Amino acid sequence: MRATVLVRPKGGILDPQGEAVERALRQLGFPVGDARVGRVIDLEVDAANVAEARAEVEKMCDSLLANPLIESYEIELEGRE
Amino acid sequence: MTERRPRIGVLVFPGSNDDGDAAWALTALGAEPQLVWHAEPELPPVDAVVLPGGFSYGDYLRAGAIARFAPALSAVTEFALEGGPVLGICNGFQILCEAGLLPGVLRPNASLSFVCRDVSLVVEPAETLFTARCEPGQTLVIPVKHGDGCYQAPAGLPAAQVVLRYAPGENPNGSDDDIAGVINAEGNVLGLMPHPEHAVDTLLGSGDGSLILAALVDAARERSYARA
Repeated sequence: MRATVLVRPKGGILDPQGEAVERALRQLGFPVGDARVGRVIDLEVDAANVAEARAEVEKMCDSLLANPLIESYEIELEGRE
Repeated sequence: MTERRPRIGVLVFPGSNDDGDAAWALTALGAEPQLVWHAEPELPPVDAVVLPGGFSYGDYLRAGAIARFAPALSAVTEFALEGGPVLGICNGFQILCEAGLLPGVLRPNASLSFVCRDVSLVVEPAETLFTARCEPGQTLVIPVKHGDGCYQAPAGLPAAQVVLRYAPGENPNGSDDDIAGVINAEGNVLGLMPHPEHAVDTLLGSGDGSLILAALVDAARERSYARA
């Protein structure tokens, strides 16, 4: 099953990459604000159903993919729960 | 009678690059360093452990995030929980934070630039085994060289766990409250971004790093006598 994990810097956490991207976009003339840079992790998960896959990916996020001190995550799974 | 040379483990991960300097410095300060490959499930008999600087596993995901699952790190965690002295330098500090042996996390420098220069550090008043050779308030000059050194402290970090701060105006990375080094609540695990192993010979600039490393050697020696 395909899973996509979105990892984001938590609100209030300094995000120098987001700030640099925002400055560059403004220099290009785009009137943007509050840019934040996170990361995307695509995975193939071996699971019997969506609920099981979600539980597995949550464990992966909590143990490795995101650092709970500074990052939040969202999980998207193909198929319906 | 000559002093015993205590054995100090220096971990080597794929991507470590200060293991050699750490071993050299520890030898110069009277210890017998022993390199420990990351895949080793157990530590050899050692009385202290150093996690050196570098870019373990290419800093993939987050600096130190992958190294903490190395078999040797389970052994280091066990050693630390038994009270063994553990020093994490730069990438070693990042690994200790990711492993939960130290509070907080290291993030990319606020400037997004790699910094490589000498910085002045102030030794905080907390008495620790790692600063036993320093005076409270003493200034040490030790180089930093890192891209991910912006320390993010957890809410409510006790001041007593902050061991080193960048001197006013010297913060090279945007670290919270100028924090350069933190210790665990038990007082046996220290992580710091500056590199004491690069500052043990005045021929190369500063010898101030030897104050921290020699204190680690002292603690290891004491432990080796206690064990004997």
